[in-house]
Amino acid sequence: MKEKQIATIKRILTYIEQYRFWVAASLCLAVITVATTLYAPILIGEGVDLIVEKGLVDFPGLLAILKKVAAVIAVTGLSQWLMNHINNKITYRVVKDIRTKAFDRLEVLPLKYVDSHHHGDIISRIIADIDQFSEGLLMGFTQLFTGVMTILGTLGFMIAVNPFITAVVVLLTPISLFVAGFIAKRTFSMFSLQSRTRGELTALVDEMLGNQKVVQAFGQEKEAQERFEEINSRLNACSLKAIFFSSITNPATRFVNGLVYAAVGVAGAFAAVNGALSVGQLSVFLTYANQYTKPFNEISGVVTELQNAIASAARVFELIDEEAIPAEPADAIELADARGEVRLEHVQFSYDPQVRLIEDLNLEVHPGQRIAIVGPTGCGKSTVINLLMRFYDVDSGTIRVDGSDIRSITRESLRRSYGMVLQETWLKSGTIRENIAYGKPDATDEEIIAAAKQAHAHGFIKRMPQGYDTVISEDGGNLSQGQKQLLCITRVMLCLPPMLILDEATSSIDTRTEIKIQQAFARMMEGRTSFIVAHRLSTIREADKILVMKDGHIIEQGTHDELLAKGGFYAKLYNSQFAPG
Amino acid sequence: MRELLKYLKAYRKESILAPLFKMLEATFELFIPLVVKQIIDVGIGRGDTGYILRMGGLLVLLGVVGLAASLTAQYFAAKAAVGCATSLRNDLFAHINGLSYAEIDRLGTSTLITRMTSDVNQVQTGLNLFLRLFLRSPFIVFGAMVMAFTVDAKSAVTFVVVIPLLSVVVFGIMLITMPLYKKVQRQLDRVLLTTKENLEGVRVIRAFNRQNDEMRRFDGENSQLVDMQVFVGKISALMNPVTYVIINGGIIVLVWTAGKQVNAGIITQGAVVALVNYMSQILVELIKLANLIINISKALACAGRVQKVLQEKSSITEKEHAAVPETAGPDRNGQVPKVEFCNVEFCYGDSREPALSAVSLKVKAGQTVGIIGGTGSGKTTLVNLIPRFYDVFGGAVLIDGQDVREWPLEQLRGRIGIVPQRAVLFAGTLRENMKWGKKDATDEEINRALSIAQAKDFVDEKGEGLDLLITQEGKNLSGGQRQRLTIARALVRRPQILIMDDSASALDFATDARLRRAIREETGDMTVFLVSQRAATVRNSDVIVVLDDGAVAGVGTHKELLESCQVYREICLSQLSAEEVQ
Repeated sequence: MKEKQIATIKRILTYIEQYRFWVAASLCLAVITVATTLYAPILIGEGVDLIVEKGLVDFPGLLAILKKVAAVIAVTGLSQWLMNHINNKITYRVVKDIRTKAFDRLEVLPLKYVDSHHHGDIISRIIADIDQFSEGLLMGFTQLFTGVMTILGTLGFMIAVNPFITAVVVLLTPISLFVAGFIAKRTFSMFSLQSRTRGELTALVDEMLGNQKVVQAFGQEKEAQERFEEINSRLNACSLKAIFFSSITNPATRFVNGLVYAAVGVAGAFAAVNGALSVGQLSVFLTYANQYTKPFNEISGVVTELQNAIASAARVFELIDEEAIPAEPADAIELADARGEVRLEHVQFSYDPQVRLIEDLNLEVHPGQRIAIVGPTGCGKSTVINLLMRFYDVDSGTIRVDGSDIRSITRESLRRSYGMVLQETWLKSGTIRENIAYGKPDATDEEIIAAAKQAHAHGFIKRMPQGYDTVISEDGGNLSQGQKQLLCITRVMLCLPPMLILDEATSSIDTRTEIKIQQAFARMMEGRTSFIVAHRLSTIREADKILVMKDGHIIEQGTHDELLAKGGFYAKLYNSQFAPG
Repeated sequence: MRELLKYLKAYRKESILAPLFKMLEATFELFIPLVVKQIIDVGIGRGDTGYILRMGGLLVLLGVVGLAASLTAQYFAAKAAVGCATSLRNDLFAHINGLSYAEIDRLGTSTLITRMTSDVNQVQTGLNLFLRLFLRSPFIVFGAMVMAFTVDAKSAVTFVVVIPLLSVVVFGIMLITMPLYKKVQRQLDRVLLTTKENLEGVRVIRAFNRQNDEMRRFDGENSQLVDMQVFVGKISALMNPVTYVIINGGIIVLVWTAGKQVNAGIITQGAVVALVNYMSQILVELIKLANLIINISKALACAGRVQKVLQEKSSITEKEHAAVPETAGPDRNGQVPKVEFCNVEFCYGDSREPALSAVSLKVKAGQTVGIIGGTGSGKTTLVNLIPRFYDVFGGAVLIDGQDVREWPLEQLRGRIGIVPQRAVLFAGTLRENMKWGKKDATDEEINRALSIAQAKDFVDEKGEGLDLLITQEGKNLSGGQRQRLTIARALVRRPQILIMDDSASALDFATDARLRRAIREETGDMTVFLVSQRAATVRNSDVIVVLDDGAVAGVGTHKELLESCQVYREICLSQLSAEEVQ
C-alpha cells in the first residue's frame, strides 16, 4: 500500500515536472512570505519597546520602524498573492493534463472495458476523483510547505529571542494536537454509525419515494411512515452524539491554546521582570503563541486531504493505464467500396472465459443479402453486432469482409463500410443538423435535407421551433422515441455505406411513425448487405437467412420456410409469438 | 421560512441558550488582552511576580469558563439542529406520501428524494452553524472594537476605519467570486455531460469514427474550465494578502497614534499591546463570518426548496362525508356498469395537449377489457383514472355507479388490484411483499395468488417458499419473474377490479397466454383491464378499446374492430401476418 502510494506520488510528480520553473518560483515566494510574515510582529514588538511611558517615546525611531513594517507588509502581500496565483495555475494545468489524458484514453479503450464497468464509476473517476485530486494538490501547494516553513520559522525566531519561553511553547503545543486526535478517534465510530443509519434512511427513502405510486396504489403509506420514523429516530440519537462530540474539537483546542498563551504570558512576564525580555518581545511571543499551533492543525487537515488526493489520483491512473485496443498492423488494408460479402468461419467468442457463448459459428452472406437475427430477449443478439463492427474481437476463427480478415482491415475503414442503427437512440447534445451530419461532418444542407426526406424525418424536423437548428436537449427530451429513431436513421442515410446493421425497436412506437421507420429501413436496405436484429414478423419473413439465437448460441439458421419445416426452436418461437393464442 | 421556523419553536430553549452561551465564551475571549495589559503594566511594571501568577491563573480560569460555556452552547445547538431536522424529515416524508400522482409527476421522484435527504441534511448543518456562530463572530468583531474604545478612544478610531474596509474586501471578494464559482461548476457539469455522452454513445462514436473529434471537443471544454478556474482563482487569491495588508496597515497606524497617547501620558505601554491584540482578533472572526454567510445562504436555499415541497397540496382530496354506495359490490344483473367513463377529459400538468379527450366507456362486472394503442396514446392514463390516481379535468369516472371522487379513497383503492408497468418489488421476504396486497393474507391465499400468476413454479424451484428474500427493487429476480410476482401481489387481495398495465411484456407469449387463461378461470367475476401493445394479448378480450393520441379510435371485439377500425387494423398488421389477423 505504502509503495503504491509512493509510486502514485512519483507519477504525479512527472506531471508536475514540466512546470518546475513555476514550482521553484512558488517555493521561493513561500519562503519570502513566511519570513516576512514572521518578521512583522518582531518589528512591531521593537516599536512597542520604543513606547515606554509618558514623555519616553522615541518618535523618530518609531517612525523608522513603522516604515520598515510597511515595506515588509507590502512585500508579504505581493509575494503571497503571486504565490497563490502561481499555485492555482500549476494545479489547474496539471489537472487539465491528467483529465484530458484520462478522457483520451476512454476513446481508445476496448468496448469490453466500457461495457463491463459502471458508467457512473468511470465518470466519477474523470470528474469527481480528478476534482478531489485538484483540491488536495492545491491545498498541498499552498498550505503544506508554508505550514512547515511557518513552524520552523517561528521556532527559529523564538529560540533566537528567548530559548526558555520557546521550550514552554514547544512542550505545551502537542497537547492541543493530542486532544484533537483523541476526539477524532472517539468520534469516528459515532460518525460511522451516523453514516450507516443515514444510508439506511436513504435506502428506505429511495425505495419508498422512488416507487411511491406503488406504495399509494397498495395503501402502504402508514407502514412506510412507521418504518421511516423508526430509522429517523435512531438517526436523531446518533447524529446528536456525533455532531456534539465532534464539535468539542474546536473549543477544546482553543482551550489548550489558551493554556499555552497563559503560560507564555506568565513565563514571559517573569523573564521581563528579570530583564531578560522586553515588553515588545513579550508581545511578539504572545503573537507567535497564537499563530504557532495553527499550522499544526492545518497540516493535519492537509495530510488527510493529500491522502485522499493520492487515492483519487491512483484511481485515475488506473483508468489511464487500462490497456488500449491493440494497435493496427502496419500493413492494414483500407476497405473501400466494399461489395458486402461477409463470411464467418468457425467463430468462437465469449465475454467471460467461464461462460462459453458463440461456438463454431459459420455463416456466408452474399452481397445484398438480408440476415435476420431472432431470439428471445437477452439471448445475445447484440453480440453479433459487436463482432461484425469489431467492437470486440473474436476469440478464434475469422470474420471476413470481401475476403479479407477484418483484423487486417483498418478499424476506421471497416466501420465506415457499415451503417448502424441501434435500438438505443443515442444523439449527442447539439443541433439536429449536427446530429444528422455526425457521420459526414462536411455534408451540405442539401444533402442533409435530402437524407432527412428519404428517412421520413424532414416533416417533423420542419415543424420543430428552429427546424434543423433546433438544439436537442439532454437525453433528447424534446423528441419522442420515434423521432429519435428517425434521426438515427437519417444519420446513416446520409452516408449510406454498402453494409447495414439494424436493430429494430422492441416496443412499438405509435403506429404511424412505426410504418415510416419500416419504410425508411426498407429503402436503406435496397441492394445492401444487411444484418437486422428483428422483432417484426414481416422483416423476418423477408430475410434471406434467419439466425436463431438462444442463450448466446446460434442454434438454427435458414429461411423462414426451412426453419418452420424443421419444427425446431424457431418454429416454437414463431408459434408462441406470432400465432394466434 | 415561517413554516420551517415552527420546528425551531419546539426547541425554543435550546435555540436561545446556544447563541447566548456562545456569546458568553466570546466575552471571556475579549477579556484576555485586558489581562495581558495588566500583566505588563502592573506585573512587569512593578516587578510583582505574585500578581503575574494570579493574572496567569485568571487567564486559565477564563479559558475554563469559556470552554464550559462553549460546550454547553455546542450541545444545545446540536440538539436543536438535529431535533428540527428529525421532525422536518418525518413531516416531509408524510407530506410527500400524501401527494397525488399529479404532484409526483410534476416534482419528479429524484427531486423529492434529494429534498428528503441531502437538502434536509444541509438545513441541519446550516442551522447548527447558525446557532453557534451567528452571534459569536459579529460579537467578537464589534466587541473587540468596543473594548478598544474602553482602552483608548482616540487610538480606537483606527478600528472604525479598518472594520468596514475589511468587510468590504472580504464580502466584496466573496460576492464577486460566488457567481464565478457557480459558472465554473456549470462548466464542470458540461465536462461531465461530455464524458457521459461519450460513454453512452461509444458504439455510435466509433461506428462513425469520430473519436478524434470527441477528444478535441473535450479538450476545448476542459481548457475553458481551466481558464475559468484560473481566473476565479486569481481573484480569490487576493483575499489573504489584501486583508493581511489592511490589518497590518491598521496596526501601523494604531502603534503610531497609541505612541502619541503614551507620550502624552494618557495610556500605558500595556494598553498598546492590548490594542494590537484586539486588532489581530478581528480578521479571523470576519473571515469566519463571511464563510458562515455563504454556508447559511446555501442552507437557506435548501430550506426554501424543502419549504416549496411542503407547500405542495395534494390535488386529490377526499370528500368529507364520502361513503360507499349502496350498490357497491358485484352487481350480477349487470344493471349498473362496474366501471364507467363519461366523456372523460384529462391533461397532464401544464401540457396544453389533452392526454385523453372525450372518452366514454361502460364496462360490466366480470368483463375483460383490452386496451391497445401506441406509446403515448393514453392507455396508462386511462387506467390510472380508475383508482383515482389523477382527477379528471372534465366528465367523470364511475365505479358501481358512483363518481370516484365521492368514494372514500381507501375503500376505493382497496377494491382494485394494480399491476404497474414497472415491476417493482420491495426489499424483504416474498411473504412481506405479498402482504402489500392484503395485510392479513394467509400463506394459502398467497400461494393461490402465486399459482394464478404463474409464479408458483419458479418460487418452488428456489426452495425457500414464501421466505424467499427479495433484494431492493427485486434485483435478484429476472424481469419476467418480477412481473409475475407483481401480478400475484395484486391478486392476493382478490380485487373486484384488476388492472394490468402492460405487465406481461417480459413474459413469453406462451406464459402470457397461460396467465390470462388462469385469471379468467380462477376469478370469474373480476373485472379485468389489460393494457398492452401486443395485439395477441388483447385479441380475446370481451371488449377492446383502441386508443390513438388520447382519443378512442374504436371499441368492440377483435372481429368488429378489424372491420371498423383503421388504427386497430394497422396495429394488427404490423405485428401479425394477414392470415393470423383473421
